[in-house]
Amino acid sequence: MIVEIGHYALVLAFALALIQSTLPVWGSLANDRGLMSIAPSVAVAKFLLVAVSYAALTWAYLESDFSVSNVYENSHSLKPLVYKISGVWGNHEGSMLLWILILVLFSALVALFSRNMPQDLVASVLAVQAWISAAFILFVLLTSNPFERIPSPPAEGRDLNPILQDPGLAIHPPLLYIGYVGYSITFSFAAAALINGRLDALWARYMRPWSLLAWIFLTLGIAMGSYWAYYTLGWGGFWFWDPVENASLMPWLAGTALLHTASVMEKRDALKIWTVFLAIAAFSLSLLGTFLVRSGVLTSVHSFASDPQRGVFILAILVFFIGGSLALFAWRAQTLTQGGIFAPVSREGALVLNNLLLATACATVFVGTLYPLALEGLTGAKISVGPPFFNYTFVPLFVPIFLAMPLGQLLAWKRGDLLGAAQRLTLVAALGFVAALAFYGMQGGPALSAAMAGLAIFLIKGSFVEVAGRIFVKGASPRAMLSRAIGLPRTAWGTAIAHAGVGLCLLGLAATGWGVEKIVAMKPGDRASVGPYEVTLERVSPRAGPNFRETVGFMTVREGGRVVARLEPSRRDFTARTMVTSQAGILTLWLGQFQAVIAEDKDGGIDTRLYWKPLVTLIWLGAVVMALGGALAMTERRLRFGIARQSRRRNEQAADETEAKQGNAAPAGARVQS
Amino acid sequence: MTRKGRRLVMIAGAGLVLSLALGLVLFALRGNIVFFHTPAEIAEKNVQPGTRLRLGGLVKEGSVQRSGGRAIEFTVADAKGEIRVSYTGLLPDLFREGQGIVAEGVLEPGNRFKADTVLAKHDEKYMPRDLADALKKQGLFQHGKDAAPARPEGGKP
Repeated sequence: MIVEIGHYALVLAFALALIQSTLPVWGSLANDRGLMSIAPSVAVAKFLLVAVSYAALTWAYLESDFSVSNVYENSHSLKPLVYKISGVWGNHEGSMLLWILILVLFSALVALFSRNMPQDLVASVLAVQAWISAAFILFVLLTSNPFERIPSPPAEGRDLNPILQDPGLAIHPPLLYIGYVGYSITFSFAAAALINGRLDALWARYMRPWSLLAWIFLTLGIAMGSYWAYYTLGWGGFWFWDPVENASLMPWLAGTALLHTASVMEKRDALKIWTVFLAIAAFSLSLLGTFLVRSGVLTSVHSFASDPQRGVFILAILVFFIGGSLALFAWRAQTLTQGGIFAPVSREGALVLNNLLLATACATVFVGTLYPLALEGLTGAKISVGPPFFNYTFVPLFVPIFLAMPLGQLLAWKRGDLLGAAQRLTLVAALGFVAALAFYGMQGGPALSAAMAGLAIFLIKGSFVEVAGRIFVKGASPRAMLSRAIGLPRTAWGTAIAHAGVGLCLLGLAATGWGVEKIVAMKPGDRASVGPYEVTLERVSPRAGPNFRETVGFMTVREGGRVVARLEPSRRDFTARTMVTSQAGILTLWLGQFQAVIAEDKDGGIDTRLYWKPLVTLIWLGAVVMALGGALAMTERRLRFGIARQSRRRNEQAADETEAKQGNAAPAGARVQS
Repeated sequence: MTRKGRRLVMIAGAGLVLSLALGLVLFALRGNIVFFHTPAEIAEKNVQPGTRLRLGGLVKEGSVQRSGGRAIEFTVADAKGEIRVSYTGLLPDLFREGQGIVAEGVLEPGNRFKADTVLAKHDEKYMPRDLADALKKQGLFQHGKDAAPARPEGGKP
């Protein structure tokens, strides 16, 4: 019964989505306040209905109700609780339902936090949101119904794909989906601006926190996915330039560009049309990612049992939204007022450069991901574009971004002083250079790693030069400096921290060149040394888990004779699916990681893969730091969702006053609000 | 600088970056593309030894031969052809005789293939799509059987 209620709630939500997608936009065009005002309450009601629907499916999983086809296919009564909850989205139908849940949650948030936004903007944004949710709810109802029953229910389920039975399943998909779907809001803002024909700095101010929110979650989601692949696949890799990974990277690149261009638009009322275009592009790429991953065009662990009908449906959604929004863009963009033009050497100019490089990098990933598909469609030839392609295209485009990042932060709005900014960076650049030499001296190894590590140090330190210039002023007491540090706009801190996060990530990437990898056949009692560590395989013995049996290799890791840790890498045999997975033994030592993976047991001993990866955790910690910077920027009062106009004015006055106070003492570049 | 001049600088800069990117893409596409073939296609298309490619097919039953250390040889077959593959390293968890695999490496003279990567991943039902298509064409693989397991009768686990 509960399952049927869930199904029914989803149908009702579809009906509400249809109402929300038509009446408010009619109201905004006819200037009918009554019609516009229904949008927020309908959005909230729709969210509640989808939440009921989602809860019903979760209940079926918790109760192991195998009369529901979806539960039977993907669950098992002995499956641990955490995977019963997260397993709801560990399959096609459930994950689409989660997608919709997050989508309508965002609509509800817009409805709740938009009291100070112009009513017609709210109405149009929510209407566009409703089009998207209507399309996806229809998709689920028609082609991927998670509530389908089996007439004669089996007694036991087929269990979840063992590769997905990992804590990562509880974290990675929701984070990534919040990021993907978060860009539906910026998309809706863009479409609303095109429909209403009004595009100003205020619009950018309303849109910016949402783009930041989506970016934070997408960053975390990608990092978490990368870490999951790293520890679960046991190949020691963290990014394979797999199309599925690229599908998440493309919206991230477009979203990062959007984040930066939105600040130009908000501050200087420039780059308007480009901002709208990026907002459309970011969500279009999210949809493309959903299509690539879910339609079965690509086969991977992400594409669950595929069905051609679904692919066609998602393709139709894709064509409708991307085509529709681009057509709207082509039709209406001309009518929007052009923004101002500015000097090439200025903060705006630097942000344009950032956008140019990010968009180009995004385009190269796009080519590398879709070219094989297009070629196969046209000529039937099957090719694969591997990591070398991306190393030759993507990396050369990112090096100038890394170099320009600290420089851009130091340029003033309107007209910047390039020479002055470069001068302020000489010390940091020298530090980076020395660091590169030091890394080369200490680690030897690939010169590229050392050069990149030096660049990373330059980036990390360079990120803080701007805020440092605003805090440390000659003759000021430490107390005054502290209050200056606290008084700085949160966005300034956010930018510095997020940029430093990029630097940390780069340092982690650079350090992969110094990793050590070893494959040895080991018998109990054998020793092997990897990097600075020595590993002993003590014994190999079986162990029983809740829904699997495993063979565990008990290892001791020593450093200079001292025991550092014990590891238990294992091979798990999942009985319900007759499938084997490897569980790596991972030891995090400061920022590096030691990883051990065991393979098949043969006469010659057990094949063991051992890795020592210095600084590798920085790759993901860097992403977390980026997200923290983004979160800090979101706490900026000025940027909070839909802040009232009056308080905004008051705020700006206050900001201007502080500016004026520091103005005389601080160097030229530091005078600017970030 | 005049308004026109500024705009010109912007456009020139954008053009420069874009043409640089285009150059990089074309360069990288030329050298780093790997074609996918089955054993029969290699014979059919007369692929020259020394070519780097991705080989797909089924691991022939009873063909796996392990010599000292981690060196391994096996035969990859499709309906019309087969090729002997040598590989040194750890095989994926799901490598089995009769299982579909994709190997990346270099074609050698004498119908031999030296693989540096062997993929057989994701789950027991998984079949790389390229391979599934190729096998389907040859009638070695029925989609219904592998992709959608028949539902058991009521009551039976």
